[in-house]
Amino acid sequence: MKADPKGVLTGVHFIDGDHAACEGALAAGCRFVAGYPITPSTEIVERFAARIPKVGGVFIQMEDELAASIAIQGGVWAGHKVMNVTSGPGLSLMMEHLGYACMTETPSVWVDVQRGGPSTGLPTLPAQADMMQIKWGSHGDYEIIALSPNSPQECFDLMIKAFNLSEEYRCPVFLMMDEVVGHMTERVEIPAADQIEVTERKWTKKKPKDYKAYETTPEDLVPEMIKAGDGYRVHVTGLTHDERGYPKMDVPTQAQLVTRLLDKIRKNADKLVDVRMDGCEGADVIVVSFGITSRVATAAIETARAQGLKVGHLRLIICWPFPVKLIQDLAKTVKAFVVPELNMGQMVLEVRKAVEGKVKVISVPHPGGTVHEPETILEQIVEAAR
Amino acid sequence: MSESLDLHLALAETELENPVLPYLRQDRIPHIWCPGCGIGTSVNCFCRALTDSGLDLDKVAIVSGIGCTGRTAGYLNLDSFHTTHGRAIPFATGLKLGNPDLNVVVYSGDGDLFAIGGNHFFHAARRNMDILVICVNNFTYGMTGGQVAPTTPVGPTQTTMPLGNFESPFNLPFIADACGATYVSRWTVYHVRQLAKAMKEALNKKGFRFIEVMSPCPTLYSRRNRLGDGVDQVKYYKENSVIKNGADTKDIGLGYQGEIVVGKFVDRERATWLESMNDHFSKVLGDQFKPYGGKPEGV
Repeated sequence: MKADPKGVLTGVHFIDGDHAACEGALAAGCRFVAGYPITPSTEIVERFAARIPKVGGVFIQMEDELAASIAIQGGVWAGHKVMNVTSGPGLSLMMEHLGYACMTETPSVWVDVQRGGPSTGLPTLPAQADMMQIKWGSHGDYEIIALSPNSPQECFDLMIKAFNLSEEYRCPVFLMMDEVVGHMTERVEIPAADQIEVTERKWTKKKPKDYKAYETTPEDLVPEMIKAGDGYRVHVTGLTHDERGYPKMDVPTQAQLVTRLLDKIRKNADKLVDVRMDGCEGADVIVVSFGITSRVATAAIETARAQGLKVGHLRLIICWPFPVKLIQDLAKTVKAFVVPELNMGQMVLEVRKAVEGKVKVISVPHPGGTVHEPETILEQIVEAAR
Repeated sequence: MSESLDLHLALAETELENPVLPYLRQDRIPHIWCPGCGIGTSVNCFCRALTDSGLDLDKVAIVSGIGCTGRTAGYLNLDSFHTTHGRAIPFATGLKLGNPDLNVVVYSGDGDLFAIGGNHFFHAARRNMDILVICVNNFTYGMTGGQVAPTTPVGPTQTTMPLGNFESPFNLPFIADACGATYVSRWTVYHVRQLAKAMKEALNKKGFRFIEVMSPCPTLYSRRNRLGDGVDQVKYYKENSVIKNGADTKDIGLGYQGEIVVGKFVDRERATWLESMNDHFSKVLGDQFKPYGGKPEGV
């Protein structure tokens, strides 16, 4: 279906990534946010609070991130599309509710404007060091989807994609921004509402007596959804549950449920690959990057190419699920991968895991606080090409 | 199949069906609560209150946290949400604001609502969020095996206070009152009629409403402290309760096996969070603002 024009601020704007992300959410149909301020994500909820009274919807500032990350889920079960906005320390507090959203299959978009950590770290400075936390930070086995924008325009575009994927897969979808992308001001073009495709919730057409909250088929692992108040008398729990949604704590039920929660993402991993490839064919070295680091990497790659090196650039738009098969295919033809990131080596582990030692994988870590110098990445490209 | 289930099924087949049965998810019985526990009694009162309230049950949603009382949501045949430990109130806040047509009830225990979830209680009451909070207070953490709670009186032994509790407990109605609740009452599971009546009254009132229900935990509180079983505790409630409607909430804290002041302490009118928001934005924005009140548009 097309976007509701009330939320779409069609036109050309000169805004930062935080503001663009908020507009993306409004365009995607988000009308309910329960937020808690934290640098450098605060501008997203500030803009939402200012815009929503005229668009039609609700913003409430909660008492903490624990409350915000569960209040939005209440909003989902009332029928809303919702967004959860935070940064490092807030994200740490929200981990239990990330698991709840995975377990109860509550579609929701989680925005993490990453800053330097651990702990309070560098509140006003960038990092990309939460990439593993979102994947592994809540207890138990689960799968999420994560997107990584490198510009305000992409904050808008990928926010809409994040909402659409969360509805399609009924899972939390992360928009992994960082302080630089969040506070960088650039041209953002917002199309007309009828140019924006939004995914409707997977509402059931069944009657209450025929409906089971978590019933799926082998062909479609995503259950149909209802909202409170429509007579379905649904039960939702974070406990291991059967297809009726009732708690059932035994080994077969656990196996069936957890396997399905993982498979609904894992079995669609190929479909979920979203990368930008530049000059990867015939390259000796491929730089794997994401988010703000991809822009620094581009500068390094151009210099390397000017020196005659055959360097490709693989930019991850969707970081989770990680494009394992794609990396494995590329590993057949390249000498080495170079992986710059604003952390001390997180996504590089996924590249190493995929290539299984077949080619060299060089990490270009950074503790955060600023972006890499292009020369630092260039040095490693030159080293890799030897 | 347990004896209680056999009995239950036998009862279900008789023509004199238990009037609360339609309110329960009968395929989830037997429940997990111990013999002598008061939670089931409180749920019975709640079902009767639902009958008498005249509410459309399709529009009543129940939200629980974690713990023995936290299992209540799962047994009621309503839209029901068993959330995370301490967070039933913020979930309920999202549910209510997401669809203001719903009548949202939080049903949880003292540890869930006032220890791990205390902050949310204060703020939901301060905002006058339009939800009813029912707290079954059994003075202990039942589900985890009898640890000290923020409501445990000074004196009794708990597994994490093996030599007796020396921490001062909360006075729950006083907190609710101080934070701005529109309705505050306390009853015990001995007072089934009064409790059902209070629940009905609270279900039909607006704003942040709070009912404390004193309940025995024979397994982990009473027996451990040589206070007898569930029946002995209910006898204690009967013999030591004093009805004082309108009592000053600061004077009604609970001591160890002392006097229990029950009754309705607060009943006042205050604009709810949503009424305040709609009123404020209408004044400030005029025609640019369309008051928010229904379910999500286009759904």
